Amino acid sequence: MSTGVAEKTQKTIGGIRRKFSPWTDPTAVPLIRYENVTKRFGEFTAVDSLSLDIYEREFFALLGPSGCGKTTLMRMLAGFEEPTEGRITLAGEDLVGTPPYRRPVNMMFQSYALFPHMSVWDNIAFGLRQDRVEKGAVAARVEEMLKLVKLESFAKRKPHQLSGGQRQRVALARSLAKRPKVLLLDEPLGALDKKLREETQFELMDIQMELGMTFLIVTHDQEEAMTVADRIAVMNHGKLVQVAPPAEIYEQPNCRYVADFVGDVNILDARVESVDAGGLTLRAEAAPDMPMRISQGGEAKPGDSVSLAVRPEKLRVDLEPPADASLNCLSGTIWDIGYLGDLSIYHVELPNGVRVKAAKPNLTRMVERPITWDDKVYVSFTPDAGVVLTR
Amino acid sequence: MDRKLSWFNVTSLVLGFAFLYLPIVLLVIYSFNASRLVTVWAGFSTHWYGELLRNEQLLDAAWVTLRVAFITACVATVLGTMAAITLTRYGRFYGRTLFSGMIYAPLVMPDVITGLSLLLLFVAVNFDRGFWTITLAHITFTMCFVCVVVQSRLVTFDRSLEEAALDLGCPPLKTFFVVTLPIILPAVVSGWMLAFTLSLDDLVIASFTTGPGATTLPMRIYSQVRLGVTPEINAVCTILIGIVTVVVIGASIITKRQEVERQKAERLAAAG
Amino acid sequence: MAAKAKGRWLVVAVPYLWLLALFLVPFLIVFKISLSQDAIAQPPYFPTFALSEGWAAIKESLGELSFENYGYVLSWDNEFIEAYGSSLVIAGISTVLLLLVGYPIAYAMARSSKALRPTLLMLVILPFWTSFLIRVYAWIGILSPEGLLNQFLFFLGVIDHPLEILATDTAVYIGIVYSYLPFMILPLYSALEKMDDTLLEAAADLGCTPFAAFWKITWPLSLPGVFAGCLLCFIPAVGEFVIPDLLGGSDTLMIGKVLWTEFSVNRSWTVSSAVAVLLLLVLVVPIVLYQNVQQREVEGR
Repeated sequence: MSTGVAEKTQKTIGGIRRKFSPWTDPTAVPLIRYENVTKRFGEFTAVDSLSLDIYEREFFALLGPSGCGKTTLMRMLAGFEEPTEGRITLAGEDLVGTPPYRRPVNMMFQSYALFPHMSVWDNIAFGLRQDRVEKGAVAARVEEMLKLVKLESFAKRKPHQLSGGQRQRVALARSLAKRPKVLLLDEPLGALDKKLREETQFELMDIQMELGMTFLIVTHDQEEAMTVADRIAVMNHGKLVQVAPPAEIYEQPNCRYVADFVGDVNILDARVESVDAGGLTLRAEAAPDMPMRISQGGEAKPGDSVSLAVRPEKLRVDLEPPADASLNCLSGTIWDIGYLGDLSIYHVELPNGVRVKAAKPNLTRMVERPITWDDKVYVSFTPDAGVVLTR
Repeated sequence: MDRKLSWFNVTSLVLGFAFLYLPIVLLVIYSFNASRLVTVWAGFSTHWYGELLRNEQLLDAAWVTLRVAFITACVATVLGTMAAITLTRYGRFYGRTLFSGMIYAPLVMPDVITGLSLLLLFVAVNFDRGFWTITLAHITFTMCFVCVVVQSRLVTFDRSLEEAALDLGCPPLKTFFVVTLPIILPAVVSGWMLAFTLSLDDLVIASFTTGPGATTLPMRIYSQVRLGVTPEINAVCTILIGIVTVVVIGASIITKRQEVERQKAERLAAAG
Repeated sequence: MAAKAKGRWLVVAVPYLWLLALFLVPFLIVFKISLSQDAIAQPPYFPTFALSEGWAAIKESLGELSFENYGYVLSWDNEFIEAYGSSLVIAGISTVLLLLVGYPIAYAMARSSKALRPTLLMLVILPFWTSFLIRVYAWIGILSPEGLLNQFLFFLGVIDHPLEILATDTAVYIGIVYSYLPFMILPLYSALEKMDDTLLEAAADLGCTPFAAFWKITWPLSLPGVFAGCLLCFIPAVGEFVIPDLLGGSDTLMIGKVLWTEFSVNRSWTVSSAVAVLLLLVLVVPIVLYQNVQQREVEGR
């Protein structure tokens, strides 16, 4: 079965992923609904009157710094915490009051929580045995799961005889074995090294696609969220800040917080001068003589104080002034250079002391870089490269 | 993660601690009984404490016990710490299994066997029995307890601290005294206290290994208890319980403070 | 370098030689004396080996050693075998009772909040620091016919004539459970406290009720603690002397008490040595098991 699945996945993965967007369909019924959910621990409000819909077959990521409430939000779905206020429904059924062992969701723990006194096989079979599944069916499912995570030859080992990556797979297999309606993943790859983590991210996506299940992942790693998820919810202080597909989160952040949290960004304080059909004109505090033209401005009105956000890779750095130096062009000196191999990051100091970062791919194999320390450079960007943030 | 205790857990704690403490509390209460009959309450009195101060035999026994316990605790702490270092730091050496066996076996060895065997040793080598034989016997079994206490601290000890000292030119012996010992001191102190109380407490081994003129407090109490319960014994027990309670609580406060300082020191050492 | 090696050698040698001389050698002497015969002399047995008498005398003495005492101890006519048996039974039952009493307490301690745990731990250890003898003594006043327990039960009207508890096996069980309880609780607590909470969450997540999770996760993971606690209580309880002597009756037969009587009343050093050697043989398996547990616990894997 698995070879067939692998082929099928390769053929269809693009097709499925491209077309999948139930959140834009007003008739779609969400699988999970958080309705005005609040969770307080004593004085501390972990989740603050939050509403969120997650759809079937979605790979949904909760992203935020530690303490933002994302883990609490997930643990309420698993049943380890009960909401102080509000309702959580799963496929139309109210979950509040149902103990964790009666909920059709399973969780993969950050620490993996593998039972140390049981073999890999017994760990994976554990959940099925709780449901008194008939022996042959248990064996068949466990074998299938072992195959899925490629651990067939490790069935008899105990958790302490496995590597970190193998343990992670056992934990995944264990939480998938019962075919839960929703799989919850709590920082599932946090303990793996970078290379293995990247590989596993793609494997997770394949498995999700193959089983057609709904995955909810909690992570503080924005790259991970961007890689795996269909949609990302960025959280802060117990509230949702933005819920959108990865590209939208990155390219059209709705506030300074999201722009800053996801990816690297230059943020310049500015004031709106004029708004017209083609966009808006700003004056940045860092460069009062240079008008800034931005094609999209949201609800900004003339006279508003706003932030102008531009990603480093969207800034051009040149030794010569660009063709049109009257717009969106700042001059400065190279303060420092970070060489990352694929990219070089140039820190450019503007005349008033503000520093901006510009990333430039290293297209040639030149060891001596043409732009070097203390060079006078021009930093420019196109009108559609910047985002105006009013919050 | 703090959890709420279920009623079952609360009940087991309450009943468990009631079971542990009720007999002791009753014992203390009845030491203030005016009546000679221990079980009939006849009003509050400190009569038996006064009586106690005039009981020279008992006071003598207490003095012997304290001296034995003090010497025992000091020597056992040194030997036990050495043994703990051997077991944690020396890896495999010839006779290690025998050594660790001799450390762990006395922890569970019935007192009658230890007592009898030591007595027969002292007789065989013709050693005059009395104060010193009790002390030697006590050192032997208490050092094993000290060793286990110190050992459990040493295994969690960050060895890079010692290596840092050596690296900075501090010779091994000095490293032990200026780096290792200060850090494991709380464990060494609790080892000392453990040895002290075990020695204070011991009846059987002392009874075997004693000789003329050396009667310890437990032996004296025991011979009186066999004749029946008296308020005077209650009074002795109350004083002992009082001393132990004060010392243990005091020590735990000191240890806690030292623990905080130790962690601070280790953090500093690890950082710098 | 030489000085360092000497220093290292000394750290091993001092405690090693001490234990050899005062722990191991005495056992050999006990064994030797168990093969000797009683004598009215000082010391009260023969043969005695004196190096001053020369090799021939020692060789002659060797011939006088015999297993006679073992025959005496192991004969059904004397009550020694019975005493071994009843000691094992009493220690075994006491250990089970200790586990039944100690486990819920240790479990509740481990489940309590982190802030409360050191205090609870302290409360368990504190009675251990007060004298063993005192704690046993305290029960005499409680269990005696005119004691506090009977007074209390009279007061409640539960009984109309005093319960005979003191001087029975029941009193011995109470005494052993009471005095050994901290030894049972501490290893159990340290095993339970180490357990990762998320394992129980994982079990619940996979459909396990709390009760089932206890038997499938908590209990198997606490087994090392159960094992250590049981051995720590069972072994010394078999040789217990003070508790059966003070709380038990004349028909409470325990080998520790028999050994003591043989030694101090019958004044037979040779028979008591044989009793001790046999007791050690009975206990050698649990002691070795305990050493392994202890070694793993303290020294890690």
